[in-house]
Amino acid sequence: MDHDSLIKVKNIRKQFGDKVAVQDVSFDIKKGEIFGLLGPNGAGKTTILRMMTTLLRQDAGKISLNGFDTLTQGRLARQQFSITGQTAAIDQDLTARENLIIFGKLNGLSRSAAKTRATELLTDFDLINSADQTLATFSGGMRRRLDLAISLIGKPAILFLDEPTTGLDPRTRMQMWRAVQKLVAEGSTVLLTTQYLEEADHLANRIALIDHGKMIAIGTPSDLKKHVGGMQLRIEITDQKWRVQVQKIAHDTLALPVNVSDRTLTVLIDDTSMQMVPQVLNQLQAAKVPISNFAIETPPLDDVFLKMTVGKN
Amino acid sequence: MKSMTTKNRFVSNILTMTHRNLLKTMHNPDSLSDVVIEPVIFTLLFGYLFGGVIAGSVQAYLPMLVSGILVQSILNAASGSGQQLREDINAGVFDRFKTLPISPITPLAGQLVGDILRLLLSGVVALITTFLMGWRPTADLPMLAAALLLAIFIGWATSWIFVLVGLMAKNAELIGSLSMIIILVMTFLSNAFIPVKTLPKVIQAIVKINPVSLTITAIRTILSTGNWGSNATLVLISGGVIILIFMPLTVLVYQRRD
Repeated sequence: MDHDSLIKVKNIRKQFGDKVAVQDVSFDIKKGEIFGLLGPNGAGKTTILRMMTTLLRQDAGKISLNGFDTLTQGRLARQQFSITGQTAAIDQDLTARENLIIFGKLNGLSRSAAKTRATELLTDFDLINSADQTLATFSGGMRRRLDLAISLIGKPAILFLDEPTTGLDPRTRMQMWRAVQKLVAEGSTVLLTTQYLEEADHLANRIALIDHGKMIAIGTPSDLKKHVGGMQLRIEITDQKWRVQVQKIAHDTLALPVNVSDRTLTVLIDDTSMQMVPQVLNQLQAAKVPISNFAIETPPLDDVFLKMTVGKN
Repeated sequence: MKSMTTKNRFVSNILTMTHRNLLKTMHNPDSLSDVVIEPVIFTLLFGYLFGGVIAGSVQAYLPMLVSGILVQSILNAASGSGQQLREDINAGVFDRFKTLPISPITPLAGQLVGDILRLLLSGVVALITTFLMGWRPTADLPMLAAALLLAIFIGWATSWIFVLVGLMAKNAELIGSLSMIIILVMTFLSNAFIPVKTLPKVIQAIVKINPVSLTITAIRTILSTGNWGSNATLVLISGGVIILIFMPLTVLVYQRRD
C-alpha cells in the first residue's frame, strides 16, 4: 500500500539518560515530496533528523531510506541522502571549489567529474566569482549556499535540511527556497526541519508537528489549519473602548473563546457556530459599534501551532 | 574483483582526506609554526643556557641534547593531532563526513596520515637546528634516517592516544594546554636534557620507568654509535603495542560518539 514511500519512519524512540527526547514518532514520505518537521526549539526535530541520517541510533523503532535500514544497512542508507545542518559544516580553511571537489570525490566521483560538477554548482548557487577564495571572506549566506551546494554534489535522492534558513536574511532565504524547489522539480525528496511556520507553509507539501518529542499532528498545511476548527472569524474595531462590548457579544452568541489583541478580536469557529456569525454582525449593528473589518478566513498556521503547543511549553 | 574495487575506493578516500588536510595546511601555513618554531627555540635555549653547566661546553652538550629535542619536538607535534581533530568535530565537518558513503574511519585515517608531515617537519627542523649549532652525527645518513623514522613512528603511535583524548574531551584549547603540560613533565622527568646520575634517587627511579627515557636512549644510541641497539627494537615494539591498543579503541570511540 505504501510501496511508493521513499522514507519510512516507524515508532522511533530515543532517550538521553532520564529524558525522553523522541517518543513513538512515525511517518512516511513519498518520492518527490517536501516534508516539514515543525516544532519549537528543543522539540526533538534535530534528534529525529540525526537518527534518520545515521548520526544517532534510535532506542526503538525502524527507519528505512529507499528500502535501506539505517541501523543494519547504514552504508547503503547513507548513499541515499545528503544533509545540510543548522550550521554550515564546511572547511573554513579551504576554498569553495576545493570543498566541493573533495566532497565530490568522497561521494565517488572521479577527479575530473568532481571538478565539472563543482563548477556547475558554483554557477548555480551564484558563487563562481568567489570560487577560489577561502571561506574567511564569505558571508553567512554564501556559506549556507555553499553548504547546500556540497550536499547536492552527489545528486542525492533524499535531501535532509536542518533549519536551512535560520539566521539568513530574507533575500538569501528566498534563494534557498528556490534552490529547494528546483531540486524537488528535478526528482529529489526533501525533509526539512524548521521553526518558521511561514517556511513550512510556503515549502512543505506535508507537515508533522513535533512538540516535546511527540508528533502531535500530521497533514498538509491546509489540513492542519482545518484541524484547529476550520475557519476563523476576525473582527477589527476602530477604538479600543468597544473591546469589552464586542468580546461579550461574540462570546455570548458563539459560545466560544474570543482572542483579543489590540483592536483585533478573533474566534476559531466550527461548522455549527458558523451559522451564528450573522447574528454577531446584527448585534454589533444594533449596539452601534463601529467596526473596520469583519472577516471569515483560514487561520494562519501560527494559530495552529499555538493552539497545539499551548500550555505545554 | 569486487573486494578489490572496494579496497581501491578505501585507499583513494583516505588519499582524498589526506589531500584535504594538506590543503588546509597550505592555506594556513602558520598552523605549522608550532612544529617549526618550538624545536628551534628549545634547541637554542637549552644549548646555549645549559650546555656549559651540564656538559662543560655547548659543543659537548649537543650530542646529548639532539635526541632529547628530537623526541620532545615529535611528541609536541603528535599532541597537535588531537587538537586539530577536536576543532574539525566542533566545526561540524565530521558530522558531514559521517553521513558520506565512505568507511567511517576514513576521516580519522586521513587526519593521521596527514599528521606524518607535521612529525617529519618537526623532526627535521630539530636535527637541522642542532646541526647548524655545530653537532655532527656519528651515524651515517641511513642510520640518521632510521633514528628520525623511529622518532616519527613512536610520535605517530602516540598521536593515536592524543586523538582518543581529543575525541573524548570537548574543548580544543583545554586539550592543547593539557597536552603541553603532559609533554613538558614527561620530557623533563626523563634523560632528555640532563645526566640522570645527578638526580635524587626517587626522581631517578621515575626517570628510569618513563617511556620517554627509553625512546631517547634508543635514539641517542643510534645517533652516537651508528648502530641499531636493542633499545630501538624495544621502542619499535612498544610503538606497535600502543597502536594495537589505541587504534581500535580510538576507532570504537569515534564510531560510537553520538
